[in-house]
Amino acid sequence: MKKFARDIYKNRVWLLMVLPGTIWLLIFSYLPMFGQVLAFKKFRIDPDGFFASVMNSEWVGWSNFKYLFSTDDAWVITRNTLVYNIIFIVVGLLAAVGTAILLSELMNKRLSKVYQTSILFPHFISWVIGSYFVFTFLSTEHGLLNHVLGWFHIDAVSWYSESKYWPFILVFMSLWKGVGYGSIVYLASIVAIDRTYYEAAMIDGATKWKQIKHVTLPMLKPLMIILTIMNIGRIFNSDFGLFYQVPRDSGALYSVTNVIDTFVYRGLMNLGDIGMSTAAGLYQSFVGFILVLITNYIVRKVDEESALF
Amino acid sequence: MPELGQNQLGVDLSSTVKVMKGSKVKKGRKKHRDPRALSPAVNTIITILLGILAFACIFPFIYVIIISFTSEESIVRNGFQIIPKNWSMDAYHYLWSMKEQLFRSYGVTIFVTIVGTVISVFMITFYAYAISRPQFKYRRFFTFLAFFTLLFSGGLVPTYIVVTQFLHLKDTIWALILPLSMNAFYIIIMRTFFLKSVSESILESARIDGASELRIFFQIIFPLSLPGIATIALFSTLGYWNDWFTALLYINNPDLVPLQALLMKIEANLEFIRQNMDVANMQLSIFSTIPQESAKMAMVVIATLPIAVSYPFFQKYFISGLTIGGVKE
Repeated sequence: MKKFARDIYKNRVWLLMVLPGTIWLLIFSYLPMFGQVLAFKKFRIDPDGFFASVMNSEWVGWSNFKYLFSTDDAWVITRNTLVYNIIFIVVGLLAAVGTAILLSELMNKRLSKVYQTSILFPHFISWVIGSYFVFTFLSTEHGLLNHVLGWFHIDAVSWYSESKYWPFILVFMSLWKGVGYGSIVYLASIVAIDRTYYEAAMIDGATKWKQIKHVTLPMLKPLMIILTIMNIGRIFNSDFGLFYQVPRDSGALYSVTNVIDTFVYRGLMNLGDIGMSTAAGLYQSFVGFILVLITNYIVRKVDEESALF
Repeated sequence: MPELGQNQLGVDLSSTVKVMKGSKVKKGRKKHRDPRALSPAVNTIITILLGILAFACIFPFIYVIIISFTSEESIVRNGFQIIPKNWSMDAYHYLWSMKEQLFRSYGVTIFVTIVGTVISVFMITFYAYAISRPQFKYRRFFTFLAFFTLLFSGGLVPTYIVVTQFLHLKDTIWALILPLSMNAFYIIIMRTFFLKSVSESILESARIDGASELRIFFQIIFPLSLPGIATIALFSTLGYWNDWFTALLYINNPDLVPLQALLMKIEANLEFIRQNMDVANMQLSIFSTIPQESAKMAMVVIATLPIAVSYPFFQKYFISGLTIGGVKE
């Protein structure tokens, strides 16, 4: 005990430094983790404050989960979240690496810089603004797309109520916003590759294509693996703005735009169903957690250097 | 010693390669291209492909600017045109007539961004620095405390209940600031940065001179780590500027609505503000029709402009920041 007190005193400067951050983590991260028990309770506000509300709410066992999984929603949101994320990961990786390689090969370096600047621009735009960008194209009465369809005498499409187009629109928009960031990350890694590898490959008579295949791609592999693990770990989470703002919260599109995050949000704000939305949130956190552990375990088996932890 | 030899060899080799290459190019300049370069045809194709991509990334913004200067009659008759028939400043005049709310929201966004960034930078750098120091006995525990939040999240609903029922922050400015002020990911990035860039020997000499740890932090570490800190500050600034989600959750009071959230509800807001404006306000009567569509786009332009204007300047810091610290040690 005395030793502990002495250790605390000895480390007081460091403890002081981590204190604000620790308080934040406890309140904004760990307290909500404790609050996840509400998934097994029927929430009732207690006048004695937050802890009393959580503790005194009645236990209801698994009934929130039973209710959640008895609806079609649970299946739809799980499918949408997983399928979109898998597509985003695969297409996003190909697009980012492809763009990075093209940017690095471009002969005019000034032009390459200009291109990088434009491609990265959407990354800094919020989805609220992004949704207006989309609206200028998809607006039924005024939009550019219907205007262009008109030239070919094709009837105007009511984009915000036709769900069949949205998987493509969402994948396209996700790429639009993400490809710049991804390609810049890979480009930084390509630029750092030692030039002598390429010179050696050329002396051996490797064509440009072979240099990419046998030098660039193998050198990018560790980065591709680590970024992909991190994405797989987040496969149960979605970019809320993409699925909420871009379709303008259109009810007709829910079958293809509703993901776990939007479902939890609507459950909380529109329905006020705290039990069920907490259950959906816990389902998301828990499966996500297991997925990170599994992916990391597999990567560690295959290539220990690339494992995250 | 062997390292030195190897190095020497490497240098020799590469310079030989350069000489060889140089002579090759000189001999047959007209017949042979530089073998490292792409063929002109492929280069042209790549230039065009990337050009299309680059254009697609900025075109929507240009398009929105054009629409914001289109007259409402033209929009109703011809839709959003890339080259409109009739130009007009009506949308901006119209927004000017509701300048109170606009300035208010701009003010909220600027305040939240500045205060939030300062708080974030201090909390994150302090925390990250402490857990990067070998002298700190409990560094493993605190590293884990931060890292675990990346793996398992508390979820939206419990967080919402904590912020509203425990902290009672609903409809206060702090609801826009505090929930975003820490991020375990940035802590890990900064920790890696400190581990890489701050050498123990500098600190030792300062300690021998009798400087306290806090003084060392402010006088040596802080200036030394400015590139890393600037990166965190930039990420944080962008995060606050573009945030609308916390406002969606916690803010109903129109006096506290930040710019992005104002934009989000602009349809409802245009109507709301119009109804709430003084009926005797003669400014409005100059509009035969309310420039509804173009005013929305003018709002988008106004909200995006600060980022679009400062973007070319901060872009290079952002890019250098991306490579500043991997997640791993």
